[in-house]
Amino acid sequence: MSLDAYQILLADDDEVDRLFFKDAIDELKINSVLTTLNDGVQLMNYLNQKDVILPHLLFLDINMPRKNGMKALEEIRADGRLKDLSIAIYSTSSAKRDIEDALLKGANIYIKKPGDFEQLKKIISKAIKLSWQYHTSGLNKENFILSI
Amino acid sequence: MRYKTFQSKRQEMKLHVKYDIQTACKAILKEQLEQAGLLYKAINSSEVELKNQIGAEELAKLNANLKTYGIEILDDQKNDVIQKTKDVIIEMVNREEYLPPIKISAYIADKVKYSYGYLAALFSEVTFTSIENFIILQKIERVKQMILAGDLTLTEIAFKLHYSSVAHLSTQFKKTTGLTPTSFQSIIKKRRANNIY
Repeated sequence: MSLDAYQILLADDDEVDRLFFKDAIDELKINSVLTTLNDGVQLMNYLNQKDVILPHLLFLDINMPRKNGMKALEEIRADGRLKDLSIAIYSTSSAKRDIEDALLKGANIYIKKPGDFEQLKKIISKAIKLSWQYHTSGLNKENFILSI
Repeated sequence: MRYKTFQSKRQEMKLHVKYDIQTACKAILKEQLEQAGLLYKAINSSEVELKNQIGAEELAKLNANLKTYGIEILDDQKNDVIQKTKDVIIEMVNREEYLPPIKISAYIADKVKYSYGYLAALFSEVTFTSIENFIILQKIERVKQMILAGDLTLTEIAFKLHYSSVAHLSTQFKKTTGLTPTSFQSIIKKRRANNIY
């Protein structure tokens, strides 16, 4: 039943990436609901709806038109209502500087986009499972940091 | 203003509706809790956190009222077993003087009163992670707390938590978080300084 489902939100402007992502999640056995949005502006509008069900985990692409992932991340972390969202930033960069920058601005997970589908599935699965643990096992979210 | 003549024959009409089940359920839960006079802290997609304990009778009444909407309060024995297993592990890992039992599996089975084989299978099924991984995760969380408290060196932490060496601790930390203990510490400190989180 969808009420028990793990709510996942994805903001990515690349349609192919969104499809891959959906396939990856479908292949995992986790009972989840995926909502996708196309850019940072859409994302913020979605999150700012009055009766929105906040996701357990938000995947945020760094490079998006109109409003990029980092900007959205900063806005979310500055908003008291959204502060507790677990956020996974993903990017094509694996530079230490970029990883640190995203984590410093409050991302919980930094994902380096992998080249192939199998790898992507593994990474998404790892991110979801860990975030699920933080959600269900009373772990201190302040210390929730992961780089994959 | 005057009414126009009524249509002699009532016409039937069909409305098409679309609904969001989550919003609907949340609204029902809210309404029912308020009606029962219960104070709640939060309503999540599948959890309601009440401010106060309620009695069995009140709970049964709420459950009965919710059932009319097809909503049911879960009293899941499986979840109880999982929770107990988690509690045993968390207690074990966070004991001031951490001393891992010689056979952790036997220790957990004994405390929870189920065979370890059953617990291991159930745990993986419900929580998407193995008991072994859960223990590692909890230990790394304790390491994080100790690092941030800043009283002990990494070597001392490794010793206190019975890692065979500081290298073993660092490797497990890196494998679990993707970061070295040092960069973890630096990131959290900077975040705190900037009031992020």
